Order: sequence, then structure tokens, then C-alpha cells
Amino acid sequence: MPHAPAFAMNGVTVRFGGITALDAVDLEVPRGRVLGVIGPNGAGKTTLFNVACGFVTPAEGSVRRDGQPLTGLKPHHLPRHRMARTLQGLGLFERVSVLENVMVGADRTATSGFLSSLLALPRSAADERRLRERALTTLDELGIADYADRVPGSLPYAIRKRVALARALVGEPELLLLDEPASGLSDEEMESLGDLILACRERMSVMLVEHHMDLVMRVCDSIVVLDFGRVIAHGTPDEVREDPAVLAAYLGDEVDRTAAEVPR
Amino acid sequence: MATSSALPVRAWRRVWSGTGSRHLLLALLGLLAVIVYVEAASDFRNLQFAAFGYLGIAAGGLTVLTGLNGQLSLGHGAFMAIGAYTTALFLDDGSPVVPLLGVLVVATLVTVLAGALIGAAAARLHGPYIAGATLALAVGVPGIALHFSDTLGGEQGLGVVAPPVPVWLLDLDYFFTGRDLTPSRYLSYVVWVCLIVTFVLLANLSRSRVGRRWRAVRDDDVAAEVAGIHLGRARVSAFVVSTACAGLAGAVMALVVRLTAPGGYTLTLSLTLLTAVVLGGLGSLWGALIGAGLLSYLPQLATNVGESLGLDQTRAAELAPLVYGAVMIAVILLAPTGIAGAVRALRARRTARAERPPPQTTESTVQQGEMSR
Ligand SMILES: Nc1ncnc2c1ncn2[C@@H]1O[C@H](COP(=O)(O)OP(=O)(O)O)[C@@H](O)[C@H]1O
Ligand SMILES: [Mg+2]
Repeated sequence: MPHAPAFAMNGVTVRFGGITALDAVDLEVPRGRVLGVIGPNGAGKTTLFNVACGFVTPAEGSVRRDGQPLTGLKPHHLPRHRMARTLQGLGLFERVSVLENVMVGADRTATSGFLSSLLALPRSAADERRLRERALTTLDELGIADYADRVPGSLPYAIRKRVALARALVGEPELLLLDEPASGLSDEEMESLGDLILACRERMSVMLVEHHMDLVMRVCDSIVVLDFGRVIAHGTPDEVREDPAVLAAYLGDEVDRTAAEVPR
Repeated sequence: MATSSALPVRAWRRVWSGTGSRHLLLALLGLLAVIVYVEAASDFRNLQFAAFGYLGIAAGGLTVLTGLNGQLSLGHGAFMAIGAYTTALFLDDGSPVVPLLGVLVVATLVTVLAGALIGAAAARLHGPYIAGATLALAVGVPGIALHFSDTLGGEQGLGVVAPPVPVWLLDLDYFFTGRDLTPSRYLSYVVWVCLIVTFVLLANLSRSRVGRRWRAVRDDDVAAEVAGIHLGRARVSAFVVSTACAGLAGAVMALVVRLTAPGGYTLTLSLTLLTAVVLGGLGSLWGALIGAGLLSYLPQLATNVGESLGLDQTRAAELAPLVYGAVMIAVILLAPTGIAGAVRALRARRTARAERPPPQTTESTVQQGEMSR
């Protein structure tokens, strides 16, 4: 299917007991495009990501990747579908080096099995070398190769965020899911994160949940607005900005100040 | 890597930078040290050394499970019992039908089978529940021996007759030392060769993608899963590898102790193993070895020191648990990452001082980190 979107949800509904966290959600991430998902707190953004990753199985609806339905998706299948996700709270492996953190992300490309690892066969050594080189290349691309031998805990937050991004990118995903990638970053760091995301677009499609509207408006090709689990608006950044339903949803939500400051 | 380096330097670097070749080299050096000690020490010392060895094998396995994969087992003594009883069933009289190597392999495989079952169950459990399940195992398995007392010998246990020293080894040893290899020395060799082989394999795993996946699951299971790691498979494989070590340790322990009885495999044994692993430094194979050594020799050492200070024998023997406790407290206070962890931190601090100080380093040590590129 040459024209199928990289990722699509059709009528996805998720219920937690009495709460409908997602209500017949439709969305599409066209290839090489960036889709932003925004909405007030509790709107269902994280749940939407969890469905995309196989942590939550929807009660109704379907999820498709390049037109193929992802039935029975489990989180550990993501690399196999050329998908990668960053987690809202870093989720780095704290007691291994930055390099090895990133090597875990590249594990998909290794082929040596348990036996060649046990006996340290040449196949295993070759895999290790390749993973290390790949990881170093990615660290270098993100400008953090100097930290390769450090443990994440000893590094500034912005660097750690980059390590998490490197771990997602090193497997060369075709669809990147970013959960609040800008949280905790300074304006300057957010600026360069935006550049990075725009650069990624050449190689992959991106879906991103983010509170910082400046970033969302800058990097997204289209935006989906969720409120109470429902898509209340979707369109280009300009269209969404003008949408009265969006303004109503945000103005009604006092918790989320940053999001309410939609630049006009 | 400068191409202008002298050939021996380059050869050395090649050996040292390859995971397999480095571990083999260390194994050879270890084997040399073992040979020197075994030949020099008395029969009594050799039995003590063998006891250190089998504790070390089990501790090495436990450090993989607890240190590398973050799963707690309070029941590794039970897996040692399975290996020991399997061995005892094969070697209950002087006419073994299977060669010793075969017995050790079968004992390990039987334990692995049990480990796979328990591991599959444990992979579905979390923290305190795994502890509870393995605790039940530690308490329950010796009970099985009591229940099937016809085959397993009940309280008295089963006698184990170690097979005779193979002729080729007798000849070889005689050729070099000019005296006969005693059974105690032979057992010491058997245990330590097993230990060296086990540790080489564990070190290989630890430095491979298998070990890296285990660590990833230990540090953050959600992130590991998203990165494509099957949590269940990672946890069960760590459990299986770990129980294989316990099974082998139990098998050689049966040979050394010459008796397999429930009293040898109580909860105390499981806790001793855990203590060794924590003392040495979680996740470090060297640490597991150091911890096992401490636990094997410390009581004896304390008693000897007490006697030489003029205490009578019973008093001196009472010193052992005291010293034991004091060492525990000292390690926890002074080296919370265990002895191996403390050494690593010290080394890292020294290299950090030698090189230029990296930006705002507090602790840049990497556990089991590869520094080579
Ligand atoms: N595991 C869960 N169990 C029960 N309710 C949940 C669970 N996850 C999310 N919810 C509920 O679903 C709704 C959407 O939550 P979430 O997806 O976290 O929103 P957002 O990420 O947009 O803030 C909220 O009402 C939340 O309380
Ligand atoms: Mg959320």
C-alpha cells in the first residue's frame, strides 16, 4: 500500500472502569510528517500513546502501521514494526553507561543468540562491535559522544533527555513517538530539540505529545486536539489555533497554564 | 590504537580487547594459581578450599540473578540441594555407571529444569512475592527429602562416594610433583575447574547483549520493554542461568561433603549465598568470589586469632559470629556497593584525578562498564 499513512488509528475506544479515556479516536500520521497531540490534563494523551505501544489494548477500533493492522501489539514488538518511543520520565538505565543505554536501543539489529553470547563466539563479538559503532554514531549525531562512558545519573538533565532520544533513534525507527520531549528543558534547549525533530522528519514520521505550544506550533505539520478522550479538533497549526472548540477546552482548564497560552 | 606499537604490545591489546580471549586468559591465570595452591596446601586446607569453591560457584550464579537482573532469590540453597541429591543418587556406591563429568552435567540439567519452572512463575511475580516464593522453596525442598525418605534417605541423607581419581590425572600429577594425587586434592581440582569454567561463561554472558538486556530490565523494565526486550524471556533466562550454577555447585558440594542430607541445605545456606553476593558487591563476579571467600575463611580465621590471643577453644569459636557481624556492618557502612564496588570507585577516582577532570563528575563509575572502544 504505497499511500497508506505510517500510522493510523480508527475508532479507538479505551475504557477504564467507568471512565472513557479514549472515545472513538481517529488520527493519521502521514509518512515523513509530524503529528502533534495536545489537550488538557486527563484528556487521554498518554493513553493514546499507550495504545500505540501495545501497553493498552483498545476495547474497540483498530491501529494500523503502513496500512497493516497491529493486532495483539505488545510493547516489545515496537522495534520489529520499526517504531520507537521515548518515555515521559526519561526511563534511562541508571546503572549502565550512556553507550550501553543506547546499545540497548540498537539491539534489534543484532542477530547473535544465547549460545554465541555464552561462548563468546566471533558472531557475538561482531555484533557487539557493530552495536557499539552504531550507538557511538548516534551519540555523535546528537552531540553527546563525549558522555559515552558516563552513567546517566552523573549528567545534566538536558543531556539525559538526549540520551533517551539517542536510544530511540539508534534503532532507525520509521515512526517515532515522543512523550513530552521538551519537559524540563530551557528555551534554548527546546529550540535545538525542535531542530532535531525537524531533521528527523527526513527519515521518519513523528507523533508527539507536548505541552509547550511554541514547540508544537513550530514542528508539527498537523495537530490533533483531545478533550475528555475525544478528538475535538484537527488540522494545521494555524487552523487549530483559530478553532473555537480548542479555545473553549483550554480556557476551561485552569490546571494547564502553559497550554492555555496559545500564541495568536 | 597506534599502528607503531611493538608487536607484543599489539598482540596483548588484541587478546585483552576481545571479550572471549580476555576471559580465557584470566581463566588460564586462575587455573595456574589454583594448581599452585592445591599442590602446596594440605588435605585439610584443600577441603576448605573446595568448600570456598562450591560456595563461589553458587554465589556467581546468584550475582547474575540479583545483581545483573534485579531478581531476589532466597531459595538458591534449594537449587543446590536439587543438584546435590541428583549427584547422590548417581554416586551412592563405589561403582559409578556414568563418568563424573556426565553426573555433573545431569545434575545441572535437572536443576535447570526446576529453575525454568520456578523462573517462569517468578517472572510473573514482583519483588516481595518472588522473595516469598523462593523462601518457600528454601524451606520446602529439604522437606521433600524427608517425605521420600525411602529414595532420598530422610534425615540421615544419602552418602556420596566420589569416583576414583582418573589414571591419566594421577600420572600427570605424579609426573610433575613426584607424589600421588590425594582424593582431597583431586576434589579441589574438580570444584575449581568447575568454578573457572562457570565464571568464564558467566563473564561472557555478562559482557554480551544477553547481559545488557538483563541489566536493562533490572534498571527500568518499561523502558526495556519499549526497546524491544521480552521481559519474561529476559527474567526466565537469568533465572535459569543462575539455577544452573546453583545445581552445579550443589553437585560438587555433594562430592566434597560426601553426604547429601536436608540439614546441609536449610534456609541458612540460601542466606549465606545472598550475604556473600551482597558483601562482595552485587553484580560483580569478582565480588561474588571475594564474598564467598570471606564467608568460607572468616569464621576459621577469627577462631584462630582468638586462640592465639589466649582464649580457650569454645570462647574462640564464639568470636566467629561476632567478627562476621562486624565485617557485615563495616562493609555496609563503608562500602555500600560491596567490596568490588568500592574497589571500582577507588580506581575510577584515581583515573579521574590522573586525567583531566570531566565536567561536574560526582560518580562517573560505570558498573561492569566497558572502557574500551
Ligand atoms: N490505568 C488507568 N486506570 C484507570 N484510569 C486511567 C488509567 N490511565 C488513565 N486513566 C484515566 O484516563 C483519563 C486519561 O488519562 P491520560 O491518558 O493519562 O491523560 P493525559 O495524558 O492527557 O493527561 C484520565 O481520566 C485518567 O484518570
Ligand atoms: Mg500524560
